[in-house]
Amino acid sequence: MVKSISKSDADIKELRAKRREEERLIKQKMKASRKINDTFEDKVFYIVINVILTLLLLVIAVPVLYILACSFSDADKVIAGNVVAWPVSFTMEGYEAIFNNGTYNVMTAFRNSIFYTAVGTILALFLTYLAAYPLARKNLPGGSKVMMLYTITMFISGGMIPGYMLITDTLNIGNTVWPLIICGAINVQNMIIARTFMSNSIPGELLEASQIDGCDDFGFFVKIVMPLSKASIAVLALYYAIAHWNNFMNALLYIQKDALQPLQIVLRAIIINNEAATQAADEFSDKAERVKQLLKYSTIVVSVVPVLIIYPFVQKHFVKGVMIGSVKG
Amino acid sequence: MVNNSVTTANTFVETKEMRAKRRTSLRKQIFKSWQLYLMLILPVGYLLLFSYYPMYGLQIAFKDYTPNLGMVGSEWVGIQHFVNFINSQIFWDLFKNTLTISLYSLICSFPLSVVLALCLNVVRVEKFKKVVQTVTYIPHFFSVVIIVGMMFQIFNPHMGIFKHIVELFAGEGAAVPDLMGNGEAFYHTYVWSAIWQNLGFNSIIYIAALSSVDTELYESAQIDGASRFKIMLHIDIPTILPTIVIMLILRSGHILSLGYEKALLMQNDANIKYSQLISTYVYNEGLMKGFKQYSSATAINLFNSIINFICIWSVNQFSKKVGESSLW
Repeated sequence: MVKSISKSDADIKELRAKRREEERLIKQKMKASRKINDTFEDKVFYIVINVILTLLLLVIAVPVLYILACSFSDADKVIAGNVVAWPVSFTMEGYEAIFNNGTYNVMTAFRNSIFYTAVGTILALFLTYLAAYPLARKNLPGGSKVMMLYTITMFISGGMIPGYMLITDTLNIGNTVWPLIICGAINVQNMIIARTFMSNSIPGELLEASQIDGCDDFGFFVKIVMPLSKASIAVLALYYAIAHWNNFMNALLYIQKDALQPLQIVLRAIIINNEAATQAADEFSDKAERVKQLLKYSTIVVSVVPVLIIYPFVQKHFVKGVMIGSVKG
Repeated sequence: MVNNSVTTANTFVETKEMRAKRRTSLRKQIFKSWQLYLMLILPVGYLLLFSYYPMYGLQIAFKDYTPNLGMVGSEWVGIQHFVNFINSQIFWDLFKNTLTISLYSLICSFPLSVVLALCLNVVRVEKFKKVVQTVTYIPHFFSVVIIVGMMFQIFNPHMGIFKHIVELFAGEGAAVPDLMGNGEAFYHTYVWSAIWQNLGFNSIIYIAALSSVDTELYESAQIDGASRFKIMLHIDIPTILPTIVIMLILRSGHILSLGYEKALLMQNDANIKYSQLISTYVYNEGLMKGFKQYSSATAINLFNSIINFICIWSVNQFSKKVGESSLW
């Protein structure tokens, strides 16, 4: 049994005060040591730069705050134009309207989008890495030719109409969940990012060592390469997820059934086409009109919130991803 | 007969044995890597089906497509659709719109991203820098529907905060221009909203390039008495100049390939004259008007793709000549 050295409260306070005093002295010394005084010209320059950046901050933030504020505000105040960046007459009416079943069911669309995004991203990651690893292996016969096949598609594509004909006529999967999951599964730029990351960070010696130990290509891929590529998986997962979540053109082209529409289509109907999302019965009543306005803002917020939630977690990753993607070869 | 390799006049002549050996070792290597090829089956199959089969469907650009006769059975009309398109009244409008918006966007957004990166590099308070970066990166992740939707709300002449800004400068009760319903304003709203959205994200690559500046240069410049502004001019900019040139080249290759999504959402009867791009025309006139137009729409799209490719290729050639790195 260890006897703990008990300190009286007064002693502890004394020790803390001493430590604070030491830290203050250290900070003072550091500040003094970096003292090359700024010239007047430099001081003005720094102030100007800071002002410019603050203005930019406002320009970016205020519209977003405005939308956020309007979604929580009373409809009359919003229509009168009284809201700037903070809710006026706080109310949850805009969000209650989301749960109402109407011509456009926001909840169903939200659920659909989550489904499409989740399944689509997993499929995309699966196919991308399945392609990237063999192409990252330097000596694969025919590997460079396959790579060229992929890069050509970056410059030439069939276009909208042959694509439409393929999905709706040839494959006959129009108006189902499949177009939104399958289309865009392999983005060649993303695959190049994955491939570059793999060839740069997996040393050849690792492969040789594993082969000596009797590991085959599948095993090496699953047990060693994938765990080591976690950083690039995070980046690509983010890119693919955002692409699927934000996609509206595919749904516009290939899906007509209301029950299958993703959130972006409903968003477009409500905000841009100004269509009502409430019950048809009281469509022209005053209340319906007010709710229609509020619904625009609350739906925007609801579509953006998932993105904003994931964003802080992945911010440091995608900055790295941009760097990986920009390194050639 | 055994022939040894004969070196004649500095050329290496391969004997039959060596060639046979090379062939079998190639075969052996292919055999050894069977698992890798297995892995490639699915992705390459996907590529062939979804990327190359539509290219095969491009043939209807040279035919008169009807669903009865199908793609292969429809009649050939050669380049009739292309000629029709070039001679049509709308051709120059489409070109003008697409080119104007692209150039406008290039001239305005490109320098601003660089300037943002330079400004962020100047900031000494780390926290402020992080806050600005975080906030400016976010709009990049908004979907195009959200951006256009926000624009409709903000620029609404009765309700939006744009009204407040106009009243700030022009006094109470001033007439607020309806930017979204106005044809002439289309270019500006299109380009500046794109800048608002992508300014932060586009600056990432320049910020990363700026981090490779030699700090010794900063110190020696400071000792020589250079102001921070001069440092920015003479050290920061030259260091990231290669990056700037590469990005500029990449951007300018895409001059005529403007996507249709945003313009499609912003289009209305009032601004259709300015908002009809080549790509939206393909959608509106081609897909939306039924299969009779499929051929001509595909032809227009193919025409656009070919021009894009020529653009990228010539910019690439130009950059090779000038000595900078190129795409291929």
